[in-house]
Amino acid sequence: MSDKQDLVAKTRLLDESGWRNRLIELFTKWEVLLGIIFILMVIYFSNLTPYFLDSFNLMNASFQFSERAIMALPMIFIIMCGDIDISIASIIALCAYAVGTASAAGVGTPGLLVIGLAVGAAAGLVNGLLITGFNMPAIAVTLATQSIYRGIAQAALEERALTSYPQGFGFFGQEFIPGTYIPFMLVLYLALAVIMGFVLHKTAYGRRLYAIGSSPEAARFTGIKVKQIRVMNYTLMGLFAGIAGILLTSRILSARSNIALNWDLEVITLVVLGGVSINGGKGTIYGVVVASFLVGYLKFGMGLLRFSGTIMTIVIGTLLIIAVLLPRLLDTYKNNRKLKKQQLEAALNSAKA
Amino acid sequence: MRDATTHRATEEHAVKQFIKRMLARREASLVILLLVILVPITIRSPQFLSGTNINRIANDMSILAIVAIGEFFVILSNGIDLSVGSIIAFTGMASGMLNEAYPQVPVFLILLLGIGLGAIMGTVNGMLVAYGKIPPIITTLGTMSVYRGLTFVLSGGTWVTAHEMTTNYIGFPRQTFLGISALIWMALIVIGVTYYFSRFSRSGREIYAIGGNATAAKFVGVNEKRIRLMVFVISGTLFGFAGSLWTARYASAVNEMATGFEMQAVAACVLGGVNFAGGAGAIPGVVLGALFLGVLNNALPVVYLSTFYQTLVQGMVVLLALVINTVVDDRKTRKLLEQRRGR
Repeated sequence: MSDKQDLVAKTRLLDESGWRNRLIELFTKWEVLLGIIFILMVIYFSNLTPYFLDSFNLMNASFQFSERAIMALPMIFIIMCGDIDISIASIIALCAYAVGTASAAGVGTPGLLVIGLAVGAAAGLVNGLLITGFNMPAIAVTLATQSIYRGIAQAALEERALTSYPQGFGFFGQEFIPGTYIPFMLVLYLALAVIMGFVLHKTAYGRRLYAIGSSPEAARFTGIKVKQIRVMNYTLMGLFAGIAGILLTSRILSARSNIALNWDLEVITLVVLGGVSINGGKGTIYGVVVASFLVGYLKFGMGLLRFSGTIMTIVIGTLLIIAVLLPRLLDTYKNNRKLKKQQLEAALNSAKA
Repeated sequence: MRDATTHRATEEHAVKQFIKRMLARREASLVILLLVILVPITIRSPQFLSGTNINRIANDMSILAIVAIGEFFVILSNGIDLSVGSIIAFTGMASGMLNEAYPQVPVFLILLLGIGLGAIMGTVNGMLVAYGKIPPIITTLGTMSVYRGLTFVLSGGTWVTAHEMTTNYIGFPRQTFLGISALIWMALIVIGVTYYFSRFSRSGREIYAIGGNATAAKFVGVNEKRIRLMVFVISGTLFGFAGSLWTARYASAVNEMATGFEMQAVAACVLGGVNFAGGAGAIPGVVLGALFLGVLNNALPVVYLSTFYQTLVQGMVVLLALVINTVVDDRKTRKLLEQRRGR
């Protein structure tokens, strides 16, 4: 008898509409967990310092991370397909060099934008063609182009910095939307995030990315042009690195060959922290956007509290490892629940019989 | 008469086959590439191949060779280790600080400290990969930051300079034995031991098996977790060793030391024909790859290219090596397929 009661009690587990199951389903989502961590962080910092929850400060802090956050968007596409790109920081250096040189030669602001974007997209296209054309591993190819792109800037600039830019070029990286104190960069980032999110979650292109990431072979057999899509991803990545390069040059009004050093790894950290699987096929844009704000404001808050950069490095490295470890544990938990459900169903069926 | 011609033909054929087989080896193509670079340079400046310069190149590449071998084992198992520079920095800093605080501690104990610390850091990497099932690239991306941060914590943001260390320790890499510096001897020992290990020991062959096809290897009874842990312990140990040597050789320990060195290590492996898909590559190739980078860096000033060109030239050489490796591999596979179809 008690056995039967127990069984009835446990059938709650099967009730899909039950609030308890819904909550568990919700809170085992990585994006939601990230959001909670973000809120806890905001509460923590605003308790410790009155300068954190200040809207002007918050807006101003976004200058520090918008460029990297922008590059994280196409990096989602690349990692989604099981690829990687560690040359993007070097593409920034190359773009900064091209823009700086053109500016010194007297090119106006619109021309500089075109040059920056074109150089970035071209560099990305070269990556994509090399990887898919020769069927070479992405990490090895972008390791080589990482040296080549930065090497060009280094060979040309040596230790000089290019510092002459036309009036108005500083707008993109330094100014606010007129009449407000919202940085132009932040608005650009959010707009690009909406566009890329739409592409990823609402278009056939996005669905194909998931398909390729889950199984490139199967995707190819269903008629998806895997190579073209991968080349497209790298070109997009280059284009966005070009955008970031323009923003960075515009922000600091100086182009050196060692600009944006190690940003590629920071961008990959953002994407993985955002819940995109490094093996491909899993992840959402929401997670990465939350992760970009989380890391950006974590750095800002710790800076306000005068933590040294060292501690931040350790915290972010640890966060990255936890970010991969935790979803795995959650998956195990979910699978266990599923198993229990199936056992229950079987038990119920036999009880009915 | 006819017999003789056919005999000669087959003999010629055999010789051709032999040459072909030798040329197909990665090491052979690297040696040829090395000669292609060396000939014009030596014509331009004959002292490039003088005893002192060769010694300098060998000294320069010794640490890189040790580190590249560590990286090789990880790549062989189909992983990658990005924490190289950070492990070198931490162990190098620890070695320098030990020497500064206790000058009476003998040099070999300092080296042992580096090796031990490196092994511990490698074990952490390996545990996360083998038991935490975190992909190697993510694990080492994370620990790269953590270890670099710990270096700052350890040093308190300061550095150790040459005059704070003993001449015993700083002079150690330059001590010579049989006309060869201690640094080169260390590299030679590492090369010898790892060559034997990778070629003739059971565990060494198991690394190849796991890298080549992990599922198949598991079916024949290879303990995958043990191997995945082992490669990171090996790499960490070698990086730690390199860290101790690094501080002595460059006579200073700073927090930013060896930043970006992971790229050099990986580049040496790529040049040496190590396959990123895992399971293919060998120690001689990796050593040649490191040697190649050493020669390249030393050769630039000789051909009147400023050191600012170093990054660019290195990148192009790595890319070229990659393309050659891939094309050769493709041809081999196609030939194998054709042969099988023919039968």
